[in-house]
Amino acid sequence: MNNRKGMIITGVIVGLLSVLLVEFGNPPNMGICVACFIRDISGSLGFHRAAIVQYIRPEIIGFILGAFIISKISGEFKVTGGSSPVIRFVISCFVMIGALVFLGCPLRMVLRIAGGDLNAIVGLFGFIFGIIYGAQFLKKGFTLGRSYKQNKTNGYVLPIVAIGLLGLIIIKPSFIFLSTKGPGALAAPISIALGAGLIVGVLSQKSRLCMVGGIRDVYLIKDFNLLIGFMSVLVSAFVLNMILGDFNVSFIDQPAAHADGLWNFLGMFLTGFGSMLLGGCPLRQTILAGQGNLDSVISFIGLLVGAAIAHNFLLAGSTSNGHIAVVIGIIVVSVIGYFNIEK
Amino acid sequence: MEERIIDVCGLSCPEPVIIVKRKLEKDCTGFKVITDQEVAKENISRLVKKMGYDIIIEEKENEYILIIEKG
Repeated sequence: MNNRKGMIITGVIVGLLSVLLVEFGNPPNMGICVACFIRDISGSLGFHRAAIVQYIRPEIIGFILGAFIISKISGEFKVTGGSSPVIRFVISCFVMIGALVFLGCPLRMVLRIAGGDLNAIVGLFGFIFGIIYGAQFLKKGFTLGRSYKQNKTNGYVLPIVAIGLLGLIIIKPSFIFLSTKGPGALAAPISIALGAGLIVGVLSQKSRLCMVGGIRDVYLIKDFNLLIGFMSVLVSAFVLNMILGDFNVSFIDQPAAHADGLWNFLGMFLTGFGSMLLGGCPLRQTILAGQGNLDSVISFIGLLVGAAIAHNFLLAGSTSNGHIAVVIGIIVVSVIGYFNIEK
Repeated sequence: MEERIIDVCGLSCPEPVIIVKRKLEKDCTGFKVITDQEVAKENISRLVKKMGYDIIIEEKENEYILIIEKG
């Protein structure tokens, strides 16, 4: 389904499901947010203690299991790894920190634009510049090295963990943390969230949907295939928001957002730049992690830890700690980029 | 002499495409590319067709051999 039609169908369904998940109870303009949802899981497991963002999001479980199941069926489940795992971990931590300073992953950025949040357009510019900046490293020969075939059992670990997380959110044992107020308390019913996650997981695996890839491929090789997916998400979510009366154009009073333009820009710059070096946005990393890519499993763990760091050190949103962390992130990822250029 | 076979096995997206693009810009006569990834195969195919080249894909034991020739 790597053709244009498949990409449009995927983008439209992702956009529509994202808006519908809000109708079913997810936070506004946050039908799907890979960064926010991984952050919620991190909090629910007690890795951070921000009481308003703790919930085991079934959508993430669905992404992993959807990608796992469809790749097993299609024969694309291949267990590989070993391509600079530690560096991937570090970059992923900063990708998450950048996303949480902006308040959303690239997919939520698109959904925020579709809901009329003008701050997300500022974020989009940062994201595009981050990708173009990252592309300069790739053009000069940046590489994280080759991955190699690994013991197959490694590939089953994350899907099994995902099933375990599903068990936890169904049973809700007292040792997990669940928000009683704030965004973490707003959630679609488990069955609907899981179902939507599975659909998005399957479609994204088949179509290779990637928010970073869309802009990257246009810039580097003038290929519009992935950008069509990006645009389809935007247009379908925008149309459904208009129909449902959920489209409000403004900079201020947007849900789970701040109007600090510089840090919306730089937060997404860091996320775009880091994702560019990783080879895909947080959604793509999660999908690849489900289909046996152990380097992406490491990235997923990096996102989980990055979220914990962000909330434990008060980096999320536009805070002075967050500003320092974004600057450090841009410097650290630039240094990583520079020292991994192969002549 | 220019390398006629490029091995991009194990390299993650978009590195294989960039390597092939760079090579095509220097060497317009064609060459072979070996990859073990479905995504790299798809992306390289789209790139070379767009650049006006023909591509023949052979599958061999979990690897793809992409034969790129001037169209």
